[in-house]
Amino acid sequence: MPRCPRIPWKPVIFVLCLLPLAMLAHQAAMGGLGANPIEKVTRSLGEWALRFLAIGLAMTPLRRAQGWVWLAQFRRMIGLYAFFYACLHVASYVVLDQFFDWPAIGKDLVKRPYITVGMAAFLLLVPLAVTSTKGMIRRLGGSRWRRLHRLVYLAAPLGAVHFLMLVKADLRDPLFYGVVLALLLGHRLLSAAPTLFRPTAGRGRMTNRRKPELPALADCRGSEIDR
Amino acid sequence: MMGMLIRQGSDIRSAEITPRRLYLDRRAFLAGMAAVAALAPGLAEAAPLAGVVAGPFSTDEQPTSKESATSYNNFFELGPDKEDPKRNAGLLRTRPWAVTVDGACARPGTVAVDDLIRPHRLEERIYRLRCVEGWSMVIPWVGFPLADLLRRFEPTSAAKFVAFATLYAPDMMPGQRLPLLKWPYAEGLRIDEAMHPLTILAVGMYGEDLPAQDGAPLRLVVPWKYGFKSIKSIVRISLVERQPPTAWNLRAPDEYGFYANVNPAVDHPRWSQAKERRIGEFFRRPTLPFNGYGDQVAGLYAGMDLRRFF
Repeated sequence: MPRCPRIPWKPVIFVLCLLPLAMLAHQAAMGGLGANPIEKVTRSLGEWALRFLAIGLAMTPLRRAQGWVWLAQFRRMIGLYAFFYACLHVASYVVLDQFFDWPAIGKDLVKRPYITVGMAAFLLLVPLAVTSTKGMIRRLGGSRWRRLHRLVYLAAPLGAVHFLMLVKADLRDPLFYGVVLALLLGHRLLSAAPTLFRPTAGRGRMTNRRKPELPALADCRGSEIDR
Repeated sequence: MMGMLIRQGSDIRSAEITPRRLYLDRRAFLAGMAAVAALAPGLAEAAPLAGVVAGPFSTDEQPTSKESATSYNNFFELGPDKEDPKRNAGLLRTRPWAVTVDGACARPGTVAVDDLIRPHRLEERIYRLRCVEGWSMVIPWVGFPLADLLRRFEPTSAAKFVAFATLYAPDMMPGQRLPLLKWPYAEGLRIDEAMHPLTILAVGMYGEDLPAQDGAPLRLVVPWKYGFKSIKSIVRISLVERQPPTAWNLRAPDEYGFYANVNPAVDHPRWSQAKERRIGEFFRRPTLPFNGYGDQVAGLYAGMDLRRFF
């Protein structure tokens, strides 16, 4: 098994993931966000949250299919970036779009299904972000932590549904995310199927995979400490 | 006046209706008049329209920037995203252009758009525009009352509604290759709405020709209704007896009604209509009943349940 590469990939990826935000900031500074910049910013941030969710969900299947073990070290960062863009998306709605009009926001949450669904997706991501630290993984234990983090399979589709529900007629963009997420989720369900039917097997300890997931994560945390 | 009618079979493609020779003659005539810069917008700089007088009903609110009003458009025929219509504007050739007026009227016919416009005195009308999506603009339109045009065709007593249709030409309107709406786009008004002095046909904005992305060469403007009622790039105006089908109502009848009067008290099922974002402003502002034209038009709907007839 190849070791984590020597190039400081983590900082590189970290900076790359900030590029969408930097581009938005640049466009805002140059007046390049068009006639309705608030709508543009909110929508763009939401789409980036969905993209990072999709990338994050693609990482484990890719790692398994291609044997790219090194991918695992970026999974947490990508997941946290999904949360980061989701936070900015919600902040953009609360601050720029509604400007803290809490009664209006409250009404939206209750009366607008697409806002309800979007907020549910966001709230589901919160515990995942909170428990993303090494300490929390240790405290929860691998299998409980993993079970908790399966919430992403609910959050991501809800995010896509949220997008689908708000567009007027051109469903192509939200359907694209929906299909990507459905494929990833379907792949995960299929690959989990053999273990699902074994009465004793939580997917953590007892799977027939050679290398359980948590140690793989631990490997790369190790490499982090190396540096 | 009716001598200007060019009688043509209705099965001829609209883009081919005006013979080229006639078109060129008219160009010479128009050049002399300096009335209309008849080149397709997108291919040429818009020229100022001559002889425009100030019309009634104008608001003294600050007009939205021309840049915003010509780059943030809902005109799905030219693409579904807001920036698409401007980008694809050059594809839409707006001359030659023929408009058919037919149905319940004494003098139906098909007329070259410039001949259709010429008898009318062009007025500037600075109107609020409220989109069903929750944003608004203030646009200085140039046009003339729809009622004046309809009267030329002598509607009969059977004319209870007016149906409008946009050009159908997927080669010039790439959005029509997508199954977003039933093409061509169709809209309609009750006859009293159509004859109301607020209702205009616009041929320009900001003192210039309409750009293609804003509905050149001829579009409807009904300022007390959500923007989707104000159909663009019109090729047919039909006086009809029954309420005509309309594009967004066909697409989602529970979301877009036939009347579509701006009404802060009746929400779109998916979002609130209580407030709007005026393009160029940060804070949302309250939406006014009938988009602020209640004094003029509320009487048209006396006794109607506006929740039911949304």
